[in-house]
Amino acid sequence: MNKTIAEKILSDHSGKNLKNGDIAICDVDFCFGQDGTSSIIIDSFEKLGVNKIFDKSKFCIVIDHNSPSPSIGTSTIHKKIRNFTKKYNAKLYDIGVGVCHELVPAMGHVTAGDLVLGADSHTCTYGAINVFSTGVGSTDLALTLATGKNWFKVPETIKVIASGKLPKGVYSKDMILNIIGNISAGGATYKSVEFSGGAISSLSVEARFTISNMTVEMGAKCGIMECDDKTSLWLKKHSKKKSRPVSSDKNANYCDVREYDVSKLEPQVARPHTVDNVCSVREIKGVKIDQAYLGTCTNGRMEDLVIAANILKNRSLHPGVRFIVAPASKMIYLEALSKGIIDLFVKKGAVVLAPGCGPCVGTGGGILGDGEVAISSANRNFKGRMGNPNAFIYLGSPATVTASAIEGKITDPRKYL
Amino acid sequence: MTTQNITGLARRLEPFDNINTDYVISGRYKFSIQDPKELAKHIFEDINPDFAKKFKNGDFVVGGYNFGCGSSREQAPQALKASGVSAVLAKDFARIFYRNAFNIGLLLIECDTDEIDEGDKLTLDMKKFKLKNVTRNMDVDIKPIPPLMQIFLKDGGAIGHFKKHGGFSRLDSTVNNS
Repeated sequence: MNKTIAEKILSDHSGKNLKNGDIAICDVDFCFGQDGTSSIIIDSFEKLGVNKIFDKSKFCIVIDHNSPSPSIGTSTIHKKIRNFTKKYNAKLYDIGVGVCHELVPAMGHVTAGDLVLGADSHTCTYGAINVFSTGVGSTDLALTLATGKNWFKVPETIKVIASGKLPKGVYSKDMILNIIGNISAGGATYKSVEFSGGAISSLSVEARFTISNMTVEMGAKCGIMECDDKTSLWLKKHSKKKSRPVSSDKNANYCDVREYDVSKLEPQVARPHTVDNVCSVREIKGVKIDQAYLGTCTNGRMEDLVIAANILKNRSLHPGVRFIVAPASKMIYLEALSKGIIDLFVKKGAVVLAPGCGPCVGTGGGILGDGEVAISSANRNFKGRMGNPNAFIYLGSPATVTASAIEGKITDPRKYL
Repeated sequence: MTTQNITGLARRLEPFDNINTDYVISGRYKFSIQDPKELAKHIFEDINPDFAKKFKNGDFVVGGYNFGCGSSREQAPQALKASGVSAVLAKDFARIFYRNAFNIGLLLIECDTDEIDEGDKLTLDMKKFKLKNVTRNMDVDIKPIPPLMQIFLKDGGAIGHFKKHGGFSRLDSTVNNS
């Protein structure tokens, strides 16, 4: 046997012995949409003329992108989604429950070895727990909703081996930004990326989500990791589904193998306006910021809030900076409340938003003014992404975001640790 | 899908590479506007505010590498289709956008777009599937469209295909025979 994880999972779900380049119809274990994509899912589903969804236990919609609704247009879409989930008795996570990529794994909908489709490009997040998960558009999702299947082209695989021990103040976000800068925005298009090596195994599952989440920023179809003891423990805690861990074979065929030693890595940032425009914080320090944003499906988890709180604890926010925090889910929000972290943020002058995608997609709160600069823990810094094409977005780790919020300029967080 | 010759002007994008779907249609419109014809008035607005105004039915959108990267929003190909885009020409395409476009019957063509200037007159022979740069009087080499995508185009997109064949069963046999 010489198969990659992607080849194995797609073979398992098609009943065929597949290798990269093959096209096959596969059974999908779970699928979902969010409020930015579900209106067209519903339209496409209705056009198909079927009157039931394939399995209501394998589908949900999450209202997270524009939540709570800031406009009549959005409210119309939200109402349409609520009517649809009611009609088909389907699972709905309504406003304030959380961001889809936090909820889908945390609520136990997916497990190791699963094949998952989401109508959101960051669906690749669950690769961190050994799931072949990938983003699709709304019509693709509607086809799966009707049939439980879709067509897949089996991707080639790039193997990324990350070795070494991460220095203090350098995180999984810095690792993935560095890798994207190296592979480039289109360097992994239509490919699976397998992450392995000691620097991956030493990360928590939460930190691994950050890496898989951003693999789409280099064009990848999925960013998948093996299921180790940490993964199994995490899955046992979150999901009742029976896991089927999948590893790659020793002689698996890779189209490329990239090795990274993280032991000398410094905090990284992606500069405007592309995610692969990456350099170390040291190279650009001094760039003044107007807003700092901590949250999103990339870095809005408990671990991220704790890192930020520890840095902010005995310090003050820069008076010229608006610090916006959005926990990725209600569960995280509640845990942060019980630990006094939300209390700390609010007392320090941060604005804590309801769980959701918030400022990352530029549709609700936190829209930047002309010429303003933000540092964000999110995954995209495209022109206009945070609602204003005349603004500038830098991406960094939660520690870099918080240190920058304290100094009013982009700052290496290591001096605060 | 038409089998006629299609003629239109090349509309080159700047930046050229890595055109993401936020640039095709900004996130701030996808929640406020649902009608693709209205969305069409805002295509590429954040990188070129006059693009939609100058764009004429039948014109070609021309980009470089990794066209359509980023968000999975199907509003992006929808808005392009509603603008009357004959085809999007690029060196290559991001995968979600690629699927979305063929799923709704929007033609994407991979070719060397360095040879196409802003305003060049292009003719696409849909029968022979050949692209000619009339302004430069030269043929543009284009990559063949995969069989599966040709089927979707012929059936008017994935929904048309699904309704015609009653699901994926026909697709399965087509794929295996191709």
